[in-house]
Amino acid sequence: MSHLAAGKTAGAKEAAGLRYPSNGKTIYHRPLNRTKTAELSQSSFAYLFSEMVTYAQRRVTGIQELEKRLNLQGHPIGLKLLDLLLIREPARSQTRPLNIISLLHFIKINIWQHLFGRQADRLEKSSNPDTPDEYMIVDNEPLVNAYVSVPREMSQLNCAAFVAGIIEGVCDGAAFPARVTAHSVGGKEEGEMWPGKTVFLVKFQPEVLEREALIGRA
Amino acid sequence: MFFRTIFALIIINKAGGLIYNKTFHEAGLNKISTNDYLVLAGTFHGVHAITTRLNPVKAPSNRTSMQSGILTRPDPPSGLEVLESENFRLQCFTTLTGIKFLLFTDTTQANVDLTIRRIYEMYSDYVMKNPFYQLEMPIRCDMFDRKLLSYIREINNR
Repeated sequence: MSHLAAGKTAGAKEAAGLRYPSNGKTIYHRPLNRTKTAELSQSSFAYLFSEMVTYAQRRVTGIQELEKRLNLQGHPIGLKLLDLLLIREPARSQTRPLNIISLLHFIKINIWQHLFGRQADRLEKSSNPDTPDEYMIVDNEPLVNAYVSVPREMSQLNCAAFVAGIIEGVCDGAAFPARVTAHSVGGKEEGEMWPGKTVFLVKFQPEVLEREALIGRA
Repeated sequence: MFFRTIFALIIINKAGGLIYNKTFHEAGLNKISTNDYLVLAGTFHGVHAITTRLNPVKAPSNRTSMQSGILTRPDPPSGLEVLESENFRLQCFTTLTGIKFLLFTDTTQANVDLTIRRIYEMYSDYVMKNPFYQLEMPIRCDMFDRKLLSYIREINNR
């Protein structure tokens, strides 16, 4: 209550326009969930995600189309997360990522921490000289796939396409247009350490690399 | 040699159909064909249904709860729970939704009810939360297989 009162007096002084609370914190600075760790139940997410996959599976003709739909479900989340997480950064580091590496670091650290409570496991650049536009974010066991077993006849599918969509949304929102796809790389043998290991392949559009080269020269 | 081991697991759906069977220890039980497993599941389902009728419903607990003003239904009769033979012990766990977990173990195996509950937990995690599983259909989930095997191996090697 004291919070509200403080905001009111400060706003009155500034006359018209947007009013901010005196401590500078808006509702966007805190999660709506005020519990200690601000975590949600993994079970309820698992059921929701399971329904999302089932929904995306309706009237699709192939696995690629299914992945495309999951990707589309994630895309708007990524766009919004970029803005939300940047506003929560301290004021001096509140700039959007300006080059590929800082963008990928932002995804690997901030986005992953916010969504999954930990960082992504690895960040790699494609070693193939023909594809300098490809970067890889590696997650050893994606949270969305925690309870998902893909049937054998659909072995190409990786439901983390949803997370790929989120990454794509972040890249697009930061003006780094890219195509992001999820690929399973974990071995199927018994005793495999990370059977659900997933690589998110980030392929930037040519104009992004062109701009990156120009910035690098300056 | 077969001291304290879990031999096999069978899961039966509400209609009495076999939806999962897995042998963990080759030497414990004789091999029977898949068809025999289906018959075993169906037969057990029938026997279980009859045994639930044998057990009288506890009436007195019903009356006391009426006095306290809360309407409670008496626990449904549970039916066949354990079947013992000279060489193995069969424990049955029925979930509230009518799915039966049958665990074949050595006669001296301890804490079977805990084991079976843990298996039920795994079932509700890795089968029920899997978007590709259709209810009442045979269970084909890699993740469930993997977790179950490592859990049972841990118990059998203890």
